[in-house]
Amino acid sequence: MYKYSDFDAAFVAERNRQFRGQVERRLSGALTEDEFRPLRLMNGLYLQLHAYMLRVAIPYGTLNSAQMRQLAYIADRWDKGYGHFTTRQNIQYNWPKLKDVPDILDALGEVQMHAIQTSGNTIRNVTADHFAGAAADEIEDPRPVAELIRQWSTDHPEFQFLPRKFKIAVTGSPNDRAVTRANDIGIRTIRNDKGEPGYEVLVGGGLGRTPMIARVIRDFLPKADLLPYLEAILSTYNLMGRRDNKYKARIKITVFENGLDAFRDAVEEKFATYRSQFGGADQALLAEIAAAFAPPAFRNAPVDAYDAALAADAAFRTWAGTNLSAHRNDSHAIVTISLKAHGETPGDASSDQMRLLADLADAYGYGELRISHEQNVILPHVHKSDLPVLFARLQQAGLATANAGLLSDIIACPGMDYCTLATARSIPVAQKLALHFKALGLEEEIGALKIKISGCINACGHHHVGHIGILGLDRAGVENYQVTLGGDHTENAAIGERAGPGFAYDEIVPAIERLLRAYLAERNGPSETFIDTYRRLGPAPFKAALYPAEAEDRDAA
Amino acid sequence: MSRRYIPKVVTANDLVEGDVVYQTADDRWSRHHHEAELIEDEAHAQLRLLNASAQKQVVVGPYLADAKAGPNGPEPIHFREAFRTRGPSNYVHGKQEFAARENENV
Repeated sequence: MYKYSDFDAAFVAERNRQFRGQVERRLSGALTEDEFRPLRLMNGLYLQLHAYMLRVAIPYGTLNSAQMRQLAYIADRWDKGYGHFTTRQNIQYNWPKLKDVPDILDALGEVQMHAIQTSGNTIRNVTADHFAGAAADEIEDPRPVAELIRQWSTDHPEFQFLPRKFKIAVTGSPNDRAVTRANDIGIRTIRNDKGEPGYEVLVGGGLGRTPMIARVIRDFLPKADLLPYLEAILSTYNLMGRRDNKYKARIKITVFENGLDAFRDAVEEKFATYRSQFGGADQALLAEIAAAFAPPAFRNAPVDAYDAALAADAAFRTWAGTNLSAHRNDSHAIVTISLKAHGETPGDASSDQMRLLADLADAYGYGELRISHEQNVILPHVHKSDLPVLFARLQQAGLATANAGLLSDIIACPGMDYCTLATARSIPVAQKLALHFKALGLEEEIGALKIKISGCINACGHHHVGHIGILGLDRAGVENYQVTLGGDHTENAAIGERAGPGFAYDEIVPAIERLLRAYLAERNGPSETFIDTYRRLGPAPFKAALYPAEAEDRDAA
Repeated sequence: MSRRYIPKVVTANDLVEGDVVYQTADDRWSRHHHEAELIEDEAHAQLRLLNASAQKQVVVGPYLADAKAGPNGPEPIHFREAFRTRGPSNYVHGKQEFAARENENV
């Protein structure tokens, strides 16, 4: 894992020292809120509905066990004993006091973490495949390049006041687990005809009020050209992007309004200049960074204990079926630890759970953890012989929910339980859906399904790319939930289509039940997933299930 | 005839704690909605908002929120403001946490 250089450590310490002074001046009255607000946002501090909120970056979703323990310590010392993992692989603390935030930032600095550029019109935390460095289908570990981008983008003087926020995601696998097509820039590692690795560069994706799937701006970019090419895209956007209207300021609108070809031409022109200016310094740095991400020395031992547990223990077998993924090393597995126990808040972890996860990472996972954009925790490298005992310890702590990829593995933004932007709640809808389908006993039968819930049009809950998306709105002073169908977050990304009028808070769970019962009735056997059935049949049978009264009216007419 | 003015309260967040606060008629900041001054006149509301906005070292982001008279004082109208009087729905945190503790002490 990457370790801060002396430069990095000094930079973060200096920023923390500056922010401590800024907080003191705000509290003394020397700074007004208008003056202070951009300063606190640069350091990840928001003011939410009930309290301040500190958003801490987890670069490309990678944590070591010491960092996880420190996150738990911070939760206990300065917050309410828990943290919330987000769809950009960050952690949010919902209850810090303003006067304590400088101490929290210092505590983060002790474990080489910070909250810089987790807000504002800057390049945000670079996200990556949460199976990076472990996945069997991986071409290259995307994290070295994600770290290179982080170092380049952090405090980059030209990109501190972009027209709008800017999000970059990187994947090293053909199976896209990083939602690259919903980012301002998506970077996909691919191989060319000669078998050399390089990047397919995507631009102009994003969700929010104008959802768009990113388009390919470069079908193959040699690895060494990545940073100058990114700089060319960012500086083109910085000049061409609109600053007159916040809702038209994201790069997706810039690309859409100018046309991809015109945008690409402008990028290529700058790239021709920048490429020579970089002069290879970035590649020397990348080589150093890459060395820090060398995989652990994978243990070589028999996996008999795993095979025996699979044969003997039905609960273990079920969990292994949903929560394990193929590792590049045959004797290892990737473990998804669900933070979606039925009825709990998606993405929340208590300090006790964080400490246990850190201990388990040390005992069975080479000290490494990952946070997924789907708001779960990953142990990327676990020897299969350790899985039965790991499962038993997770069971004791209520962390062995076997639902990864199933209905209750729901993405939900904080919604109006915390967020000032929200127009309705998301968390209780997720809780009720999970509990309802557990009570019905239908979750396993329904199988693979992505439900994603946002509490406002900004779409932090990725509802547009959910197989079933739920968007909470305020309709005349009442919470109302719109359903979208057919979204896809993978390499085949698609924006879901709105099914029809929204549902009241009390009606949304029964509506989803009708929808999923229609799926069970229509599918060609259990092997046909919800999204495959939807693609085969189109929306008609699902809309009929969602709006039975209207279907009856049509039949009567 | 002009439309009847919907009464307002002045609400904000406390600078240090971040907690939701309401301006009272005697110029305090209360943590309780029912202690807020219920403002029935638009011009007076603007003056009270100005008064709140001037208190830069005490509160952040003051604004006028619709409210109505209730048996124990002003009550929120919109669900967002109702949530602000309580806290989140997934944990007993925020104002409802203090309310729960006070009930235990009774």
